[in-house]
Amino acid sequence: MSSTDTQQIVEQRIYEILDTFGVDSSAMRRDATFADLEIDSLDLVELAQIVEEEYGVQLTSEDAAKLETLGQAVDLIASRMP
Amino acid sequence: MSRAIAVTGIGAVTPLGVGAKQLIDRWCKGEDGFAADGVGRCDCFDPADYLSKRQVRRADRFVQLAIVAADEAIRDAGWDRGMPFDPFRVACVLGTGIGGVGTMETLIGAYRDRGPAACSPLGIPLSIANCAAATIAMRHGLRGHCSATVSACAAGADAVAHGVRLIRAGEADAAVVGGSEAALSDFCRAAFRNMGATSSSGVCRPFEARRDGFVMGEGAGVLVLEDEQAAVGGGATVLARLAGIGTTSDAFHLTAPDPSGGAAAQAIKIALADARVSAADVDYVNAHGTGTPLNDASETQALKTALGRHAWEVPVSSAKSAIGHLLGGAGAVEAVATISAMREGVAPPTLHYEIPDEALDLDYVALGPRPIATNGSRRVVISNSFGFGGHNVVLVFTDT
Repeated sequence: MSSTDTQQIVEQRIYEILDTFGVDSSAMRRDATFADLEIDSLDLVELAQIVEEEYGVQLTSEDAAKLETLGQAVDLIASRMP
Repeated sequence: MSRAIAVTGIGAVTPLGVGAKQLIDRWCKGEDGFAADGVGRCDCFDPADYLSKRQVRRADRFVQLAIVAADEAIRDAGWDRGMPFDPFRVACVLGTGIGGVGTMETLIGAYRDRGPAACSPLGIPLSIANCAAATIAMRHGLRGHCSATVSACAAGADAVAHGVRLIRAGEADAAVVGGSEAALSDFCRAAFRNMGATSSSGVCRPFEARRDGFVMGEGAGVLVLEDEQAAVGGGATVLARLAGIGTTSDAFHLTAPDPSGGAAAQAIKIALADARVSAADVDYVNAHGTGTPLNDASETQALKTALGRHAWEVPVSSAKSAIGHLLGGAGAVEAVATISAMREGVAPPTLHYEIPDEALDLDYVALGPRPIATNGSRRVVISNSFGFGGHNVVLVFTDT
């Protein structure tokens, strides 16, 4: 599987998770910021828990603190996937 | 002279429906809100009808119920057209008996099954007892004192009393107060059942010979209290005057009431004195009336001690016969029902009452609703709330 494929799969999954968090799907784009989407630190921890359970990728609080956009989160998770 | 307190808005979500009017109308029609499985569930309440997906996700059910009751009360007070007070002068006090136990059960299940990493970061903030008060304050921009009362089945009434104290003390000009509970999980039902508190027949029969415990219910009630002078000056509609409060403690037992009803009677006396009315002025008593053998006996005794001969003349009825026991929501929901009853001039009935208990000989309004007779120039009604641990709270409302 190419890294582009992986990124697309991860991106799609992140959007699905954020939909369950109540984020407006029309606002979900790679350049959308977590602040714009009203995703706070508690949401980010839940997102990281799901990502770890499903992909085995750990996101630390330091990682999360550096993430500003959905695209950055997708790229970081995809880059760490086995 | 302490400041008079006006009630300018009421709201409720109960097993009889969404809205304070549903509660009084259906109760007076003799309908109860008990589901087939023997609890009073708010089946007609779908949080998605009122809250966004995000709001639902970030609120335990006891908070969701409180939000919708508070929205109604705040609309009723006219605050949706603009907050008439400095937000820092508006308090918010919401009581609960147990808090977000549904969220906590889910959290514990995840921890047990999948380990510490599976514990949601939302688990604690969604289940702590203060989160209804905090969420309502956030939703409406209420920036004065904000807290929760936690005094079991008196918590909702305690929140109302706390709001009165804050306004009288000059710490607030208005307060959004109430109580909420959503504890109908299998775990909670088993725990109450094993305590011997809940009805095995599944029928709540307050003060009746066959009463065998309470029926658990869920729901929320909220009132908007305002300094009366400010309320009238601001053109608000005054629904009732909250004329007096009385609170005492049995200091007796973890769950059982003091059989003498002495401390409960004292709470009634304190509340009547606070309202500057006499026992003979009381036109209607909204009883705690759980339907447990112990409560209804001690409450009857308390009414006799506090009201003397008048206890036999005043109608006494229990909303729990129609909606069940809303625990920390009960006192606030019943305050809402009491105000509605006073405004409509009707004593609602104690439902499911057929066979009198010879030892309990007051007028429990068994045969359907009837007009409230007024002894004086204004109506005086009281609402009793008593909680596990011996918490006694009595609220006195008058119509002028």
